[in-house]
Amino acid sequence: MTLVTETAIDAAADPRDRGGPAQPMLIVENIKKYFPIRAGLLNRKVAEVKAVDDISFYVMKGETLGIVGESGCGKSTLARLLMYLIERDEGNLVLDGDLVGEKSGVPIDALRRSLQMVFQDSYSSLNPRLPIEQSIAYGPKVQGIKPKKAKEQAQDLLGKVGLRPNLFSQRYPHELSGGQKQRVNIARALALDPRLLILDEAVSALDKSVEAQVLNLLSELKEQLNLTYIFISHDLHVVQYISDRVLVMYLGQVVEIGPVDKLYSNPKHPYTQALLACRLSMDPDERVDAAPLAGDPPNPVNPPSGCRFHTRCPHAEDICMAKAPALGDVLKATPDQHLAACHMAQAGSGHSKAPATLAELFNI
Amino acid sequence: MSVIPADSASLPAAQGAPATKVRGYWGSVWNRLRYDYVTLFCLGLIIVIILLAVFAPWLSPMDPEKSSMANRLRPIGYKKYLLGTDEQGRDMVSRLLWGGRVSLMMGILPVVFATLVGGMFGVVAGYYGGKVNMVIMRTMDIFFAFPSVLLAVAIAGSLGGGIGNQMLTLTVVLIPPICRVAETATSQVRALDFVDAARASGASTISILFSHVLINVLSPVLVYSSTLVSISIILASGLSFLGLGVSPPTADWGLMLSTLRQSIYVQPIVTALPGIAILITSIAFNLVSDGLRQAMDVKA
Repeated sequence: MTLVTETAIDAAADPRDRGGPAQPMLIVENIKKYFPIRAGLLNRKVAEVKAVDDISFYVMKGETLGIVGESGCGKSTLARLLMYLIERDEGNLVLDGDLVGEKSGVPIDALRRSLQMVFQDSYSSLNPRLPIEQSIAYGPKVQGIKPKKAKEQAQDLLGKVGLRPNLFSQRYPHELSGGQKQRVNIARALALDPRLLILDEAVSALDKSVEAQVLNLLSELKEQLNLTYIFISHDLHVVQYISDRVLVMYLGQVVEIGPVDKLYSNPKHPYTQALLACRLSMDPDERVDAAPLAGDPPNPVNPPSGCRFHTRCPHAEDICMAKAPALGDVLKATPDQHLAACHMAQAGSGHSKAPATLAELFNI
Repeated sequence: MSVIPADSASLPAAQGAPATKVRGYWGSVWNRLRYDYVTLFCLGLIIVIILLAVFAPWLSPMDPEKSSMANRLRPIGYKKYLLGTDEQGRDMVSRLLWGGRVSLMMGILPVVFATLVGGMFGVVAGYYGGKVNMVIMRTMDIFFAFPSVLLAVAIAGSLGGGIGNQMLTLTVVLIPPICRVAETATSQVRALDFVDAARASGASTISILFSHVLINVLSPVLVYSSTLVSISIILASGLSFLGLGVSPPTADWGLMLSTLRQSIYVQPIVTALPGIAILITSIAFNLVSDGLRQAMDVKA
């Protein structure tokens, strides 16, 4: 992990930095969350929804990591797990070189100051009975900052997100438009001076022009405040625009991860290929009639054997049903490495379209 | 997307703009209430009724418990008796004023206590959910299984009469419905993202409950409780009517109705007076709560 992407800014300038520029901002190790399904008279656990199933990745400092996937693939659960809003079953978080934990390492309170989240639904993520200034100042006040100072900070932040403080600070959420509310949400997330911002479908509910404004605002803030983003979205165009690296999720697992250019120009996993083919094209000659990906995703309670995508994959073979393809060691890979959990991408996997191994090449 | 100019974050012209005066939440509630004349009229009526009850010792022309065998069941306007006399020759004006003290107290105090207790249980049940919710709400369901009048009679019957026991009875009867309303409102608020956002900023549960949950649960609970005032007055009157509330000769609207009912063929209008007092008071409370519900509804 010595290689730093070009986009990674000089983190040494930040007084909050501890691990140096080569240390990822956040490392997620083998994180798992199964939701129990209870039924019957005794409320016994009859099954589990494998919402997030053994996911590992890291985010470099100053980087934007895009996370894409269909609805229900576990993107939001992952975000909430990172925020400690739901308890994880297994796995570790390493924040700037320090293990986040109950007993040792960085306390959860410190994690919350470094990690903040912007929620998808801009309406329900603001308290309808509080003026927005109070909503923004609430977090700092909880963390022990004097009310007067928290209020001044809130006014500052409103200015930063492009809302005039003296015009907006006393307004209620219902007096704002969707885009303005999302700006307030961003300001609220920034109030604790975080280093990593998780944006969970933060622009998905906005119309295109407002979406563009908020995206530009996010780019500006990232430079001004030395931020790192995890950008969760189902909109592949937006992810391509804002991300440095992209992680593709399918049924609670990572199927492909890589730099945005490599992944978009040369997707290795058939699922990523299908997702990219689903994008609307501006060119009428490139219109597709048939949906590249048919049917619903399989039930996460009882995921398919082997590769979870084999039920919908056009290239599925016997090996795909029998054996789950490995993604490789994501945590040891460099940021510019492009990994895919597909037998076709791995030499010697037994799939007919897999690249030849050295032995086969030389006919030994 | 880069062709769309970024909204300037520094806003140079902003400093000159005048600060807008924005009403607070209660200010905006009052602003909506100001033009609701029915609610304002009923609010005025309630204030007058409360003032009449409070100043009963000074306002009532006669002793409400002094009977006169010679002047029993006199009609309205008979000599010095402005509203006639009851079956023991006691002045109806004085008895209605004094009875209002007991009846209003029975209407308001049990509702206040039940709102505090039931609201607290409901908020706790709604916020924590799971087992806590099950224990609290199933206990409330046991009380729900009985019709409220029957429950009140059963509790009052086992506790015995008297003002204190009657108030306790009414409080117990009113707790479950308030608890249910508070629980529903809280569990709805609990599911909203701003509670998660508050948790993500490291706030304690107590702080979230007080700063974010209560303020949103308050208006549905307050509105519902205000409708219960009239129900409480009627229940209290019913208990007194059955002899399970205040005991004679204390004046109370329900008790007066109960004792006067034998005389309904002799003096129908005088007999109806305590009933009319209950009717006016409960309608006023109902209309005010209706107006409050509309005024407290924050929308665009």
